[in-house]
Amino acid sequence: MIRLFTFLAFVVAVATPAYAQQPAPPVVPMAVPAEDEEIGLTGRVTDESEWQDLGIAIPAFAADRDGPTPANSQGTSALGVELARVIFNDLRNNGLFRPVGPDALPRPTYPQITSPAWATWRGRSAEMLVHGYVRAGNDDRLTVGCYLYDVQLQQELVREGWVVAPADWRRAAHKCADLVYSRLSGESPFFDSKIAYIAETGPKDNRVKRLAIMDSDGANHRFITNGQSTALTPRYSPDYSKIAYVSYLNGFARIFVYDIGTGSQTLITQSPNPTFAPRWSPDGRWILYSMAASGNTDIYRVSAAGGGSPQRLTDAPGIDVGGSYSPDGSRIVFESDRSGNQQIYIMNADGSNQRRISFFGGRAATPEWSPRGDLIAFTHIAGDLRIAVMSPNGGGLRHLTNSWQDEAPTWSPNGRIVQFFRTQRNSGETSIWQVDLTGRNERRLPTPVGASDPSWGPVLP
Amino acid sequence: MKKIAIAVTVASAIALSACAKKAPEELPPPPQTSAPTTPSGPSQPAGPVPGTQQHFVQQMQGRDTIYFDTDKYDIDAEDQTALRQQAQYLQQYPNVRATVEGHADERGTREYNLALGERRANAAKNYLVSLGVSADRITVVSYGKERPVALGSNEQAWARNRRAVTVVLN
Repeated sequence: MIRLFTFLAFVVAVATPAYAQQPAPPVVPMAVPAEDEEIGLTGRVTDESEWQDLGIAIPAFAADRDGPTPANSQGTSALGVELARVIFNDLRNNGLFRPVGPDALPRPTYPQITSPAWATWRGRSAEMLVHGYVRAGNDDRLTVGCYLYDVQLQQELVREGWVVAPADWRRAAHKCADLVYSRLSGESPFFDSKIAYIAETGPKDNRVKRLAIMDSDGANHRFITNGQSTALTPRYSPDYSKIAYVSYLNGFARIFVYDIGTGSQTLITQSPNPTFAPRWSPDGRWILYSMAASGNTDIYRVSAAGGGSPQRLTDAPGIDVGGSYSPDGSRIVFESDRSGNQQIYIMNADGSNQRRISFFGGRAATPEWSPRGDLIAFTHIAGDLRIAVMSPNGGGLRHLTNSWQDEAPTWSPNGRIVQFFRTQRNSGETSIWQVDLTGRNERRLPTPVGASDPSWGPVLP
Repeated sequence: MKKIAIAVTVASAIALSACAKKAPEELPPPPQTSAPTTPSGPSQPAGPVPGTQQHFVQQMQGRDTIYFDTDKYDIDAEDQTALRQQAQYLQQYPNVRATVEGHADERGTREYNLALGERRANAAKNYLVSLGVSADRITVVSYGKERPVALGSNEQAWARNRRAVTVVLN
């Protein structure tokens, strides 16, 4: 199996894009003519209408020289454009910013990365400016620097840099987008993260379901299982080393843990009964699962390391299923029909003190605790299935979507965005969508085929 | 496939030339065991072998499947009639085993539906056991909403998909 990722090596003090002995050119005067030339190089004419709402300008990253790199067949200069495009797409898709990307902007020169041509950007009404550079080392590794400037103040707000393997170049771009997002919004980062989901193909009565993974923006897509056995409901381990999911490999639902590094698969528990709805504890030490036996489904937890006997957390007659830990791991929100239909309950992590929190019309299912701890996202079933949030005490019900069938929310690592999947009436075709907490910014994620059961992992270290 | 067809052709050609209805008897054992055109008459009874899934389906005439109301898993009078027939069959063929497959309609969340399908299959199994079928002959499996038979998104389709289907194995 392919190794999924290698860790980014942080350059602790990035400082300047090294070709250091050359002094930065004077700020304003010579910048403007140089940029006009650069417009020609990008092959795009700047559309003035795009500038009216410009919040953040993200021109192409500069390269110290146009060197070869395994990350881009056309060299580091072309890679600089791609890096800026990734950042532009990250930032434009969450409703907070109105970025303008490299295809509509002049390209800065390498020395300008640390000494922006202020007049150019001020003249175009840019409030914020993202600059960056990319440099290929002798070992093929890439050094990527990222700078955020306040154009009005003519001041650098933050900078950071990373050394990455060529295959991880997009991660450097996501890290830069995260840096900008965090600095400007005050929120925690989330772009440099991954999603596990189920890829769906084929007709409704013979649907093929495969475990698949992708980056948070849909890039680096990879199928993990071949589709011979139905795969359902994956969950990334908090360190991204494993994926727990349900497979019908032996004819009935059982939870397997797939080790991404080795490709091996292990059952989380030996049982003749079906097991499903796997969930990791935030520290990765426990896996919650649901097991059906003689018509009664209960929630259990088992050591993720293997060994040790499962501990049963619920014993109500009826269906207790799913579960999602609070960020500190002390409590679990879960779903139960012990009151007659699906409702949401909270218990302590050891199963004690179980109590219902959802008291509004309809049924409530698939609760997921926000990584921020302040909200619980769930599927509200009242006629249609809709994504909603409420506070952990059950108050403040708010719908985020309004479609025929939206279900199974999963939180962005920073708790600001919810992903879910949407099923089309009749065809049963599925797709992954995301919506921010205002409910206004909703968009479909690009996936190569149908997609369901998204599971958003944490921000990569 | 091809081979059999050739063999049949040869056999019929010989039959024709012999101009007699018992022509096959003059031949060495021919490779025409499955040919429908052999003039040897209906030597085997048509239809599936008793104790097979095919036979079970034929005998049940739709009563291999029971249906449920939304979110429900109770066995109503109609279900009881069907399950009694299933139990009779299983008692008639004591060597076959059965799997009850539980299903849910698409208008529920995936994991709850897995549990609900198990609960429905288990309700059917329990009824069969109450009629005297040994519990260890029956396994249950839930497919939740993963395997619909009716493909529409309407009440009729959902009603057909909320089901428990008994399948025999031998």
